[in-house]
Amino acid sequence: MRLNYPTSLRIIRVPCSGKVDIIHILRAFEKGADGVCVFSCMDGDCHFKTGNFRARKRVEQAQKLLDTIGTGGERLKMYSLGSGDGPPFAKYATEMHEKIKELGPNPIKKHKKNAA
Amino acid sequence: MIIAEKKPIEEIIGYIDDCEKLLILGCNECVTVCEAGGKKEVGVLASALRMYFLNQGREVKIDEITLERQCDHEYLEEIRDVADQYDAIVSLACGVGVQFLAEKYHSQRVYPGVNTCFLGATEERGRWTERCQACGTCILAYTGGICPIARCAKRLLNGPCGGSSNGKCEINPELDCAWQLIIDRLKALGRLEDYEKLLEIKDWSTDRAGGPRKVVREDIQI
Repeated sequence: MRLNYPTSLRIIRVPCSGKVDIIHILRAFEKGADGVCVFSCMDGDCHFKTGNFRARKRVEQAQKLLDTIGTGGERLKMYSLGSGDGPPFAKYATEMHEKIKELGPNPIKKHKKNAA
Repeated sequence: MIIAEKKPIEEIIGYIDDCEKLLILGCNECVTVCEAGGKKEVGVLASALRMYFLNQGREVKIDEITLERQCDHEYLEEIRDVADQYDAIVSLACGVGVQFLAEKYHSQRVYPGVNTCFLGATEERGRWTERCQACGTCILAYTGGICPIARCAKRLLNGPCGGSSNGKCEINPELDCAWQLIIDRLKALGRLEDYEKLLEIKDWSTDRAGGPRKVVREDIQI
């Protein structure tokens, strides 16, 4: 397919989206990530049955928390696609990249710089 | 076990907004099992608070420690050398742990990070229900192992009230009538005659009605 997607994305492999916890998402933001997206299997397609549902709940909780602390829940997104779905992956990755470009850098980076 | 729920982060921020150095102290016991105050919840709260303060333009030092228990001297002693380095400690233990921590570190500001709810069981992940009110005089031997004190809305001791309908309680159609459960279980055990037994009036002095309680076991005291 030789599809292109933005190089700003760093892929972290997990055995199942159900492995992704709120703490992993928060740590990514704390370490300076401008955005995080969780890619999961389609609803009903989870090999472990409920992994993607768990992930969705955790993403929603993390979004609320990010809104409360001022980082902004819109920096976190979840997309569902099949394991062989290259074109949607490239499309969602580009969409996320554009969204983050629009939002600008993670606000804590600016304050960290000021504090230092 | 003791069931607790996480406090909203806004409430916690309200307690500690003026601090520069904070300790988030978790507990490895009940609150870990009910996912309110264990190591993971300590990590999430600490990370969220660090980012909150950075977004406010302040770099607040927030450390994370999770003790085996916060209701025992020996474990609380583990933070003796570091406790006074912080402006405040947010304890994610139950109310017992928070109070014991505050007693031991008298000059330290201590805040609760969870709401302590009740003594209950895990029915399934994410669903806990009350099973015991720690009334101090257990009558489960006569009630088929089902507690009318904890599970009957009126704490009745002599059978179902008029509000019991189709095995459910009048206060909530999803709530089982404790006395219906008791009678069903006694029937299943072939011990319905236990229901007919006359019991002495329950001694409520061992409940909270007698004020804060104390258990002293001289046989194990050193």
